[in-house]
Amino acid sequence: MSLTDLRTTTGHVVGRVEDVPPGEGRAFVAGGTQIAVFRLRDGSLHATQAACPHAGGPLADGQTDVDVLVCPLHLYAYRWSDGAATSGATGVRVYPVREVDGDLVVDV
Amino acid sequence: MTAVLGGRPAGLTTLHLADDDTDSRARLVVVGNGMAGARLVEEVLERGGGEQFRITVFGDEPHGNYNRIMLSPVLAGEEHEDDIVLNSHDWYADNGVALRAGVRIERIDTAAKLVHADDGSVTAYDHLVLATGSRSFIPPMTGVRRADGSLLSGVFGFRTIDETRAMLDAVQGETVRGEEAPVGGAPRRAVVLGGGLLGLEAARALQGHGMQVDLVHAAPSLMNAQLDAEAGAILKRSVEELGITVHLDVLATEVVGTDRVRGVLLADGRRLDADLLVVAAGIRPNTDVAVVSGLEVQRAVVVDDQLRTDDPDVYAIGECAQHRGEVYGLVAPAWEHATVLADVLTGADPTAEYHGSRTATKLKVAGVDVATMGINTPERDEDEFLVISEPKRGVHLSVVIRDDKLVGATLLGDTRKVAFLTQAFDRGAPLPEERIRLLVDLTDGAEEVGVAEMPGDSQVCNCNGVSKAAICEVVADGCSSVSGVMDRTRAGKGCGSCKSLVRQIVEWAADGDLAEDAAASYYVPGIPLAKPQLMAAIREQDLRSVSAVFAALAPGGQDDARSKMGLTSLLRMIWGSEYVQENDAKFINDRVHANIQRDGTFSVVPQMKGGVTTPAQLRRIADVAEKYEVPMVKVTGGQRIDLLGVRKEDLPAMWDDLGMPSGYAYGKSFRTVKTCVGSDFCRFGLDDSTQLGIDLETRFQGIESPAKIKMAVVGCPRNCAEAYVKDVGVVAVGSGRWEVYVGGAAGASVRKGDLLATVDSPEAVIELTGRFLQYYRENANWLERTYDFVPRIGLERIKQVLLEDGEGIVADLDAGLQRSVDAYTDPWGQDGRQPATPGQFRPALPLVALPQVPVR
Ligand code: SRM
Ligand SMILES: Cc1cc2nc3c(=O)[nH]c(=O)nc-3n(C[C@H](O)[C@H](O)[C@H](O)COP(=O)(O)OP(=O)(O)OC[C@H]3O[C@@H](n4cnc5c(N)ncnc54)[C@H](O)[C@@H]3O)c2cc1C
Ligand code: SF4
Ligand code: FES
Repeated sequence: MSLTDLRTTTGHVVGRVEDVPPGEGRAFVAGGTQIAVFRLRDGSLHATQAACPHAGGPLADGQTDVDVLVCPLHLYAYRWSDGAATSGATGVRVYPVREVDGDLVVDV
Repeated sequence: MTAVLGGRPAGLTTLHLADDDTDSRARLVVVGNGMAGARLVEEVLERGGGEQFRITVFGDEPHGNYNRIMLSPVLAGEEHEDDIVLNSHDWYADNGVALRAGVRIERIDTAAKLVHADDGSVTAYDHLVLATGSRSFIPPMTGVRRADGSLLSGVFGFRTIDETRAMLDAVQGETVRGEEAPVGGAPRRAVVLGGGLLGLEAARALQGHGMQVDLVHAAPSLMNAQLDAEAGAILKRSVEELGITVHLDVLATEVVGTDRVRGVLLADGRRLDADLLVVAAGIRPNTDVAVVSGLEVQRAVVVDDQLRTDDPDVYAIGECAQHRGEVYGLVAPAWEHATVLADVLTGADPTAEYHGSRTATKLKVAGVDVATMGINTPERDEDEFLVISEPKRGVHLSVVIRDDKLVGATLLGDTRKVAFLTQAFDRGAPLPEERIRLLVDLTDGAEEVGVAEMPGDSQVCNCNGVSKAAICEVVADGCSSVSGVMDRTRAGKGCGSCKSLVRQIVEWAADGDLAEDAAASYYVPGIPLAKPQLMAAIREQDLRSVSAVFAALAPGGQDDARSKMGLTSLLRMIWGSEYVQENDAKFINDRVHANIQRDGTFSVVPQMKGGVTTPAQLRRIADVAEKYEVPMVKVTGGQRIDLLGVRKEDLPAMWDDLGMPSGYAYGKSFRTVKTCVGSDFCRFGLDDSTQLGIDLETRFQGIESPAKIKMAVVGCPRNCAEAYVKDVGVVAVGSGRWEVYVGGAAGASVRKGDLLATVDSPEAVIELTGRFLQYYRENANWLERTYDFVPRIGLERIKQVLLEDGEGIVADLDAGLQRSVDAYTDPWGQDGRQPATPGQFRPALPLVALPQVPVR
């Protein structure tokens, strides 16, 4: 068990929904933490850490589908549901993200 | 370079709760975070040990756990260090294991059950495991150490990633252990001490960096621990053919040089100059901790069949353990130790015992195949001994058979039989009556001793102890891809030498599984259709965007990230300019028209048709490189200029300043046409190859295809622009005639192209090339290069279709290609002015200072 799990989180407005084109990702800073926000074509929003745990790849430049995010550098895939890597490698951290009046709000 | 391998990305730290008295779990402490120690932790966790134990791992290397045996390919530059990480710091945190990396244990107080570390900390244990491995043995030589006991600058052992990095730094001409590199740049000469596995791997790796390498070995023949003298002599010849100088039967007595190594003196009085000295003359188990703590140590820490030392709560595994008199220097026994000990500690099998390992080794040196197992010469009168020796070809094969069982094998220069022999050796599988079949296939093209006949319990992956049955089980469970099976069983994840056997078994096991077979024929994994059916459906249903294809054709209408790039390519080919573009369906390279680099920057390669440029273009490139502080400007293997390490947000402005079209060096598309100077300038030139190259590049620029397409045109068969090894290669043969070759390559596969036709004008070359290109675009699988496509379809069939119009499709091919030619627009001119989507060129890693690639 890690202390971070117990820490309370705060919401940060990082940008507007239209800053993230459908199906793509964009990187933002939320309260000093780099995160990547994705808007899938089904309208759902997801947020992960910005740098790939494998070798620091830019996850916001990755490709997505309803289940996973694929890093552009070595194509490791990470599940939206829990951030786990499909290969069993180290997973990504996922953050809650929602839309409030057109703003993207990320809890970090 | 001081980066921590497998370390946590900056800014992400997980705090661990300190030792807490309410935690009732027993304390398991592991000393040594190497191959054995980390493996033990994995095995314990796999058996549910996370509930039973609070685990702490001490490692005196600052890194996460990495695959030590892959240091050889890392030194050779064949693997990147990031790819040999087995368990990162995050993995430990995620599994609730406290990793104390960079902390060395100095002493155990076995009475109080405490370990004392060099940072002053004291940690209590209930169970303690020593997995301290070995270190390089540095034989006594005058001058090898400085007064403070450290190694002279330029002298290295070969054991850790830090040593490997230091050697790479030295090779690349940076400082040697913090001091000035030798005058004249990078060191050119290396001496390697030791002609065993490690020494040979080091020598080859350094030689691959262009160094002149002398290998000094004290014994009369190479790899004498594994090979007999005759095989050793053949190996010596093969190694010398690679360009490595071998000195046998001689000791190095003195290291020359005061500030740094300058050379080595041999016992016979000779002096070898050296800028770099690698000592791979054996290893010594790390037993100091055990010795000062009063545990029984002989050659290594003595353990019983349950890996227990003479203290009932202290265990030892891996290279620091001595079991029944044996000390091992390989990873397979270390991992077997870990498995048995995990069974014992967790109680999964409290009676588990280790009874010793039979060892097999393989040399990981490109160009020299060596695999050995067991003994190499007969030891008893009844032993059968079969030898095939072809010194001229560098081949020496032998087997030793006792009581109808294989007890030893040596394969040198030809290791095709290694898989079967390993089975026979490990499992005592029955041997063929005709013993010679053990070493060669008698009937040409006949099946190898098939995977079908292999007993289920035969070991396939020796590093990870994975049996054939375990692989079959995972396949039966629905895992159909080779990489999926490798992920789940770990087969092939050690040294990787069993990968082809794993593939064969997966293919065999998946046989008859129709879903699996069908999936292999899909054009992309997410749509259950082969390419012809997929193309037909797209046309019939008028699907013009990737999302429309998913909605109409994917199971449940679900999109699939790994299918998007292939579909984008296909739609562009089918619809030309009428395709509806969706940026999220493109790979990042195609979204920003540049090639992503390891640090998230990009490379910019302007078009330079046929490799011909002008002073004005060069001046513009130079200006742009300065203006945007481009870290490296490089002439590529494709005859143009690459600006590497460019920030994403600078791309549009840079294109604008360049005013040159994209060279498409990033896409699965037509790339370049290399040319030679041809008849205009070359005294041998038979025709104007330069102009034809420019014309081909003009016509086919930017055309997407299932995989990259590279061409070349040469003015005579001297082939200076390598046309014989291109997807399409054109060779002038005189009298206005040109040969057109297809399906050649000189990348990961090397294949000489097949002569498709000899034609008699540049126009005919362009027409035929276009037809071939379109036929390939319409019929090749996604990512199938022409070097696979041409042999798959067959040259005769291709000739029939393209030259004789055997299928009546030539007119369609011409029209299809023309549609794509007409749809060409320069992406740099286009998106540079009007981004395709908001934030198209926004940085994706905003807080990292880029570029991280080296600046030259
Ligand atoms: C820049 C260049 C090396 C250089 O400094 O000279 C290069 C760089 C890359 N090559 Fe290459 N190749 C370059 C010429 C070649 C050549 C030589 C040639 O074109 O004559 C070959 C062998 C010819 C061939 O392709 O058959 C070559 C065979 C490969 C391969 C192996 C392909 C294969 O199937 O055998 C790959 C890997 C792949 O495509 O999957 C590759 C992949 C790559 C990638 C794109 C790796 C990647 O996916 O990121 C490298 C991009 C580096 C970067 O970040 O910019 N590169 N690459 C050359 C660019 C040529 C150009 O101007 O377009
Ligand atoms: C370049 C190279 C290539 C190789 N190739 C092959 C191959 O192809 N096939 C094969 O089977 N084997 C190969 N080996 C051998 C293989 O790597 C070893 O057998 C294996 O690593 C042994 O595992 P281990 O855990 O016992 O030791 P190690 O992996 O060495 O781990 C021991 C760890 O303990 C740490 N440690 C030591 N003392 C302390 C202390 N007091 N406190 C804290 N930490 C401590 C060390 O820093 C080290 O990280 C190769 C080795 C090298 C160096
Ligand atoms: S440029 Fe080509 S050869 Fe060089 S590292 Fe990249 S892929 Fe390998
Ligand atoms: S950096 Fe993301 S997969 Fe390698």
